[in-house]
Amino acid sequence: MGPNLLRVRDLQKEFVLHILNNKRVLAFRDITFDVPACSFVGIAGRSGSGKSSLLKCLFRTYLADGGSAIYQSAAGDLVDLTDAPDDSVLDLRATEIGYVSQFLRPLPRVTALDLAARPLLQRGVPRAEAHEVVSRYFERLSLPRDLWDGYPILFSGGEQQRVNLARALAARPRLLLLDEPTSALDSGLQLEVVRLLQEARADGVTMVGVMHDTALLDELSDEVITMQDGAIVERQAPRLALAQAAP
Amino acid sequence: MTTDVREAAGTVAGLAETFSYNYAFLDELSKKAIRRAILKGVAIPGYQVPFGSRELPIARGWGTGGLQITLSLVGPGDVVKVIDQGADDGVNAVNIRRLVERTSPGVETTADTSAATIIQTRHRIPEEPLRKDQVLVFQVPQPEPLRSVERREAETRRMHGEADYSRMWVALYEDIVQNGRVTRTAGYPVVVNGRYIMAPSPIPKWDIPRLNMAPHLSLFGAGREKRIYAVPPLTSVTPLEFEDYPFQVEQFYGQTCLRCGSDTTYLVANPTETGTLRYVCSDTAWCDAALATKGEEVRA
Amino acid sequence: MTTAQLHGNGVDASGARPGWAINVDGLTKLYGRGCHHCLETTGPARDRNVCPHCQTTVACAGVSFELRPGHTLGIVGESGSGKTTVLRCLYGDMAPTAGTARLRDFQNGATDIFEADGQERRRIRNFLLGMVYQHPRQGLNMQISAGGNVAERLLATEWRKVAAIRERAGSLLGRMEVPLMRMDDIPAHFSGGMQQRVQVAKALANGPSVVLLDEMTSGLDVSVQAGVLDLMQELQRDEGIAMVVVSHDLGVVRLLCERTLVMKNGRVVEGGVTDQILEDPHHPYTQLLVSSVN
Repeated sequence: MGPNLLRVRDLQKEFVLHILNNKRVLAFRDITFDVPACSFVGIAGRSGSGKSSLLKCLFRTYLADGGSAIYQSAAGDLVDLTDAPDDSVLDLRATEIGYVSQFLRPLPRVTALDLAARPLLQRGVPRAEAHEVVSRYFERLSLPRDLWDGYPILFSGGEQQRVNLARALAARPRLLLLDEPTSALDSGLQLEVVRLLQEARADGVTMVGVMHDTALLDELSDEVITMQDGAIVERQAPRLALAQAAP
Repeated sequence: MTTDVREAAGTVAGLAETFSYNYAFLDELSKKAIRRAILKGVAIPGYQVPFGSRELPIARGWGTGGLQITLSLVGPGDVVKVIDQGADDGVNAVNIRRLVERTSPGVETTADTSAATIIQTRHRIPEEPLRKDQVLVFQVPQPEPLRSVERREAETRRMHGEADYSRMWVALYEDIVQNGRVTRTAGYPVVVNGRYIMAPSPIPKWDIPRLNMAPHLSLFGAGREKRIYAVPPLTSVTPLEFEDYPFQVEQFYGQTCLRCGSDTTYLVANPTETGTLRYVCSDTAWCDAALATKGEEVRA
Repeated sequence: MTTAQLHGNGVDASGARPGWAINVDGLTKLYGRGCHHCLETTGPARDRNVCPHCQTTVACAGVSFELRPGHTLGIVGESGSGKTTVLRCLYGDMAPTAGTARLRDFQNGATDIFEADGQERRRIRNFLLGMVYQHPRQGLNMQISAGGNVAERLLATEWRKVAAIRERAGSLLGRMEVPLMRMDDIPAHFSGGMQQRVQVAKALANGPSVVLLDEMTSGLDVSVQAGVLDLMQELQRDEGIAMVVVSHDLGVVRLLCERTLVMKNGRVVEGGVTDQILEDPHHPYTQLLVSSVN
């Protein structure tokens, strides 16, 4: 493991719902942790603990109210993801920071292959090559072949999730944020996903993953942070021994 | 009118006294205003200058614009030629010449192109190449070349101001797409000095190339529409054309003038009683001169 | 004005080409004589566009944004928000009351396009901008063929070879899935969706750096909308054009725009990365807008 790719300090987020008479809902507060390069930081907790909101704040889908999330970019700059200008955030999302959620937002008339290949296509990778890379992930995730040219809008939840995963893995971002990446998959596939994520990590991808399945999380993570009611209640290092042996 | 008045009216002084007309019919202030409009037109080649079109003893639509220009320019020593579609003897041309003669002592009229200092024309350029000391005055029915694609005056003025001519170009483009070629004939739109699109008056395509870099001044007057514009000497005048559909003049397919035998002039086809077509030169003066030369050659 | 003068010589006063394709600052449009109360008595806090003192309508005020080449900015809001006014001022259909707009491709962004004279403005509009109106009637000439409409744009940028024009028009229309055999037909007889696609082909014909789209899919069937949007996405990827998409439809904005501005009563109330605006709206109006959609 290397130096910290991401340093989160005192991050907090509260929703103010103006249409509900300015009701305030706390998402999380006082979140502090480090994400060393090439590590996997897992975030556990029950629904409502704030873990998904935390991940979304890192990706800028949510705006944090306070604290910071300092990310070291490929160019060597230190960028606070919480208040960087929109264009910087978009640049990082295009090249360095990826996000896998349970939900896929399918685009009309775009095939599964094209959808998953998009990040590569945007980088200028030729279509045939991009499709080939993505196909290999489709194979390993056991996505039925006849769906590859299909429209994901018609897929089941599990099938959509696999397209999502293939897309994120093929893109090989520097930092990958995962929000329940295996929730709709059976246990066999879940193990395959674990293998793929471990390979990605060995390839240099740093990951922060939210999962409710603690067994899988222990399998993958160098550190597991458990959240409850918007705060960190526990930190563990189940993979410490293995991580020290990693390149 | 009594005999006395008619006699009195026959002299210059008589005219002035009897009918209170100024030299060349128009009053000096009117002539000045028209000349100012002409100067502005010369300064901005192809740009239509609005002017206060005066009343004349000729109805609108019969050449009052061209006539106002001619009357503003003539002085003793000028020689004026007037043609209508190439012919000196058309009724209109004759009447205009007569007005000039009767109101401008010291001004002569002629049918000889090379002798004229001012040539007023309707719908043709004389075949004889003009010199830099000659002025060609065109009678213009519709000065606005964009009128066929845009009815509103405010809009055509904006189009000229912004050099926004794509609607004109697209009309030609659609013509080619639909008909395989441009089907416009007379009054083909031209670009003057690389800037303004101009209506050269309904002259045949044949005459268009002769405006380009001509040594003489060309003036255009539209009396009914109240516009004057100009092409100064040695100014570029190019018809709107496409690289792969270049501008082409009329073809006569080997026909020659029945009178003088010319195959290098613009011909008009007149139907005979038997229904066949008889081709003769449109420029009658030119044709007469050619015939006279031929006669001399035959005799010689 | 030569093309070289239009585009600049590659270096501006500061010595560098700006990173943005378009930069808008303080765009303001007032209808009426205006008074010094106008701005403070109108806007989202007052829930009105009309100044109670002088009856001047503040269509938009203080609108500023920057857009990079290849990026797409969404502007959402309801009627009266001023979003269409912003586009029409930028395209030159109307003159703003105040504010500046700069284009990287017009003298390297050194000159405010609103300060340019009529001829320069026309050249900017012909060479550098594209606009797709809500109603195809506004953007298309219904007297000439679909191909002619696209050709008009090319002719305005000094294309002078019929064969080349026809080929490019055909290829653009083909890209927008307008059948070649309909190229010579008058768009008045096309369906709404096809008319919009002709409009897009026309807007793109001159290879503009910035394309403005005003409620492009309103009035189209949902399935047709999907088709048009899909084509727009392809174009975004392939052409690297900067686009401003005005829409009241959040689905369209989510699909096409990486960044979004929210406008109400002529002012920008919120702006940010699109998924953040839609999933974590902060301004009360934005929250209302987002929650009103299924």
